[in-house]
Amino acid sequence: MNKIVEKEYFSEKIVKIVVEAPLIAKSRKPGNFVILRVGEKGERIPLTIAGADIAKGTITLVVQKMGVSSTKVCDLEVGEYITDLVGPLGKPTEIHNLGTILCCGGGVGVAPLLPIVEAYKKAGNRVVTILAARSKDLIILEDEMRKHSDELIIMTDDGSYGKKGLVTEGMEEVIKREKIDECVTIGPAIMMKFCSLLTKKYEIPTVASLNSIMVDGTGMCGACRVTVGGKTKFTCVDGPEFDAHQIDFEEMMSRLGGYKNEEVDKFDQFQK
Amino acid sequence: DRMSIERALMAETEPEVRIKSQRIEVNTGLTQEQAILEATRCMDCVNPTCMEGCPVSINIPKFIKNIERGEILEAASVLKETSALPAVCGRVCPQELQCEQKCFYVEKLNQPAVAIGYLERFAADFERESGHISTPEMVASNGIKVAVIGSGPSGLSFAGDMAKLGYDVTVFEALHEIGGVLKYGIPEFRLPNAVVDVEIESLRRMGVKFITNYIVGQTASLADLKADGYKAFYVGSGAGLPRFMNIPGENANGILSSNEYLTRVNLMGADSEESDTPVLRGKNVVVVGGGNTAMDSVRTAKRLGAERAMIVYRRSEEEMPARVEEVHHAKQEGVEFLTLTNPIEYIADENGRVCQMKVQKMELGEPDASGRRRPVPVEGSECILDCEVVVVAVGVSPNPLIPNSVEGLEVSKWGTIEVVKDKMQSSIPEMFAGGDIVRGGATVILAMGDGRKAAKNMDIYLTEKYLSN
Ligand SMILES: Cc1cc2nc3c(=O)[nH]c(=O)nc-3n(C[C@H](O)[C@H](O)[C@H](O)COP(=O)(O)OP(=O)(O)OC[C@H]3O[C@@H](n4cnc5c(N)ncnc54)[C@H](O)[C@@H]3O)c2cc1C
Ligand SMILES: Cc1cc2nc3c(=O)[nH]c(=O)nc-3n(C[C@H](O)[C@H](O)[C@H](O)COP(=O)(O)OP(=O)(O)OC[C@H]3O[C@@H](n4cnc5c(N)ncnc54)[C@H](O)[C@@H]3O)c2cc1C
Ligand code: SF4
Ligand code: SF4
Ligand code: FES
Ligand SMILES: [Mg+2]
Repeated sequence: MNKIVEKEYFSEKIVKIVVEAPLIAKSRKPGNFVILRVGEKGERIPLTIAGADIAKGTITLVVQKMGVSSTKVCDLEVGEYITDLVGPLGKPTEIHNLGTILCCGGGVGVAPLLPIVEAYKKAGNRVVTILAARSKDLIILEDEMRKHSDELIIMTDDGSYGKKGLVTEGMEEVIKREKIDECVTIGPAIMMKFCSLLTKKYEIPTVASLNSIMVDGTGMCGACRVTVGGKTKFTCVDGPEFDAHQIDFEEMMSRLGGYKNEEVDKFDQFQK
Repeated sequence: DRMSIERALMAETEPEVRIKSQRIEVNTGLTQEQAILEATRCMDCVNPTCMEGCPVSINIPKFIKNIERGEILEAASVLKETSALPAVCGRVCPQELQCEQKCFYVEKLNQPAVAIGYLERFAADFERESGHISTPEMVASNGIKVAVIGSGPSGLSFAGDMAKLGYDVTVFEALHEIGGVLKYGIPEFRLPNAVVDVEIESLRRMGVKFITNYIVGQTASLADLKADGYKAFYVGSGAGLPRFMNIPGENANGILSSNEYLTRVNLMGADSEESDTPVLRGKNVVVVGGGNTAMDSVRTAKRLGAERAMIVYRRSEEEMPARVEEVHHAKQEGVEFLTLTNPIEYIADENGRVCQMKVQKMELGEPDASGRRRPVPVEGSECILDCEVVVVAVGVSPNPLIPNSVEGLEVSKWGTIEVVKDKMQSSIPEMFAGGDIVRGGATVILAMGDGRKAAKNMDIYLTEKYLSN
């Protein structure tokens, strides 16, 4: 049982929670995630650790309401408990001093990107960060990102904030302007796919953090399998970060829909 | 005359009734009269060969003679002298290959063995239902902290023995439930979770502590645990890594490992409407494999409403590693067996969901390393099978979490932890290991036997190091 000590709405559908988890706070590294469960009938779902405070013994999670389980997490109030929480899971991000890093975050993927941006900056890199969303109200963690980036670019589909356009348009501008040594992309699968196609064209090594469907998160079930470089990998133990140019994004996106009908049924039931 | 009594028959729930729910137990247990009569068959042999067949050397004639006298609680406490989980073993042990195969009736009389497994289950269930659960004798606490990594049968039996010896035992489990495969793998219709929970309660009463949601090596390191005062470790982390066949189309939606399928249903309760966890259902469900895991999966599919629940297995029924009883029950429930058949490719529909599998007929050639006849493909025998759900149950590999996170631990090329055989001690002196992480996939009772062996030897090791003089 892990207590929620802070809660903040970033938007109607995106919630930040700070949870007591002293051991995880201590051992987590950028790129790690947790698996949690709300209620005795709850589903196990993965969420990236967006930050931690060792002294307070807490971790920060940023959750977007998608279906039953994420909504149950978002509906928890300060003082309430998460039934089960395990982690840190997954391989941490490999952080080196490489030169200039282009970090691209879309939607709620901005949250897991934050500790990575922080770590790259701390390791001595120049960090250019691009945040992308459909519209202004969906841009999250802008101040935190600005604090840890050398430059922050905001792109919105509808032009309601920052520049109007897709994340890839912002990226291309930066790539044409200066030498980029590595790119990191976290966001919806479709966005990561297009980021990856772009950086492949410019031959920039790129890392993508995948959000495959998971159950245990310890390598036991194989629900999270993806094809990377022609080989089957388990996202939870071999990832979640992989060489983006090697990922079979078509398969990955198709697998994200593997339980679509069942999920919709569960959500209809939940709303009743 | 004892020898002319017929072996007791286990009562079963009717197949039409039991396939309606994942939670109706198939075998319903012996009545007291049946058990006492069956116990009469045992000859109390001077040299009870049955005990040699039991990996934990249960005193079989002693517990059976107690049943014959009607001293059922006494029988249960005899079981507990050597086994931490008698109600579990009485249900899932492959008795026909172990204790019962070595019974005098089989070896010398060529008659059906004394139903040792049924009797074991009877005594353990009787004790549980009576509410008079005995706690084994305990040595005074010595305050030495010992950590168990993994709460499967191996870890649990180790924990029980160490607690009896006076150690301060904490079991760390990665999942949110205690029990390992007993909870997430073996279905309720063979082994109700409530039965496992009672045995876990007994361990709690003996002072064993359980910490769930804790992955040793990740939540904290071994070094952290040492700093917390743990003096020795028992690794019972199991063989949790599912194998796939690496054939074309295997990552299509609708194709999953037996671990995923069984975990969703057994651990997460996805067979019930109230669970938030979804599970895939289909008209045609194919399970690939021929072991206990395959039988559990295909029978689960039947209970989730499959019209055709099929086993596809590349050898013949004779070579199937599953218990005969499981195959028999599966057939009663209407499971179809496509033996000498092997999948070679999966075909998905326009949404990426599997809709068909291409299979190939096989024939049996010369025996292979395992002693079983090797299946060889029959040229030109390919055909197509319709399926909306495919469960791959072709085996598991050792869980790599501990081997990957502990420096200096010797591991075989198969990923199993190397131990000194009779001691279960690894290349790191304070780390012992047993069960599937050492054997690469075996049985509940072998895993438990390893736990007992390790406890005995760890006690010697720790006594020498901390308690002598
Ligand atoms: C490593 C990793 C890190 C993640 N980090 C975050 C994060 O920081 N913040 C955040 O909001 N989301 C994160 N996600 C996604 C999050 O886990 C899903 O949104 C959530 O599980 C949806 O569950 P649901 O019941 O609310 O929705 P559902 O309606 O059940 O599903 C909606 C969609 O979410 C995906 N999904 C469903 N079940 C799972 C599952 N068990 N595991 C993974 N994906 C699933 C599927 O693509 C599905 O179509 C992460 C996923 C992964 C794999
Ligand atoms: C579906 C199925 C049916 C079976 N049927 C039978 C049967 O009928 N009869 C029979 O005798 N055998 C059967 N078996 C085999 C039997 O269940 C196993 O041999 C036995 O469970 C092995 O026990 P174990 O304690 O070694 O490991 P497991 O039961 O696998 O338990 C290992 C536990 O360790 C945990 N763990 C792993 N790493 C860590 C870590 N780093 N930190 C914390 N926890 C960790 C895992 O989460 C798991 O809970 C079956 C197996 C399956 C899968
Ligand atoms: S534990 Fe298993 S092998 Fe031993 S007596 Fe019981 S059923 Fe037989
Ligand atoms: S061998 Fe058979 S008959 Fe003899 S003691 Fe064992 S169970 Fe009884
Ligand atoms: S989530 Fe089960 S193996 Fe990755
Ligand atoms: Mg869900």
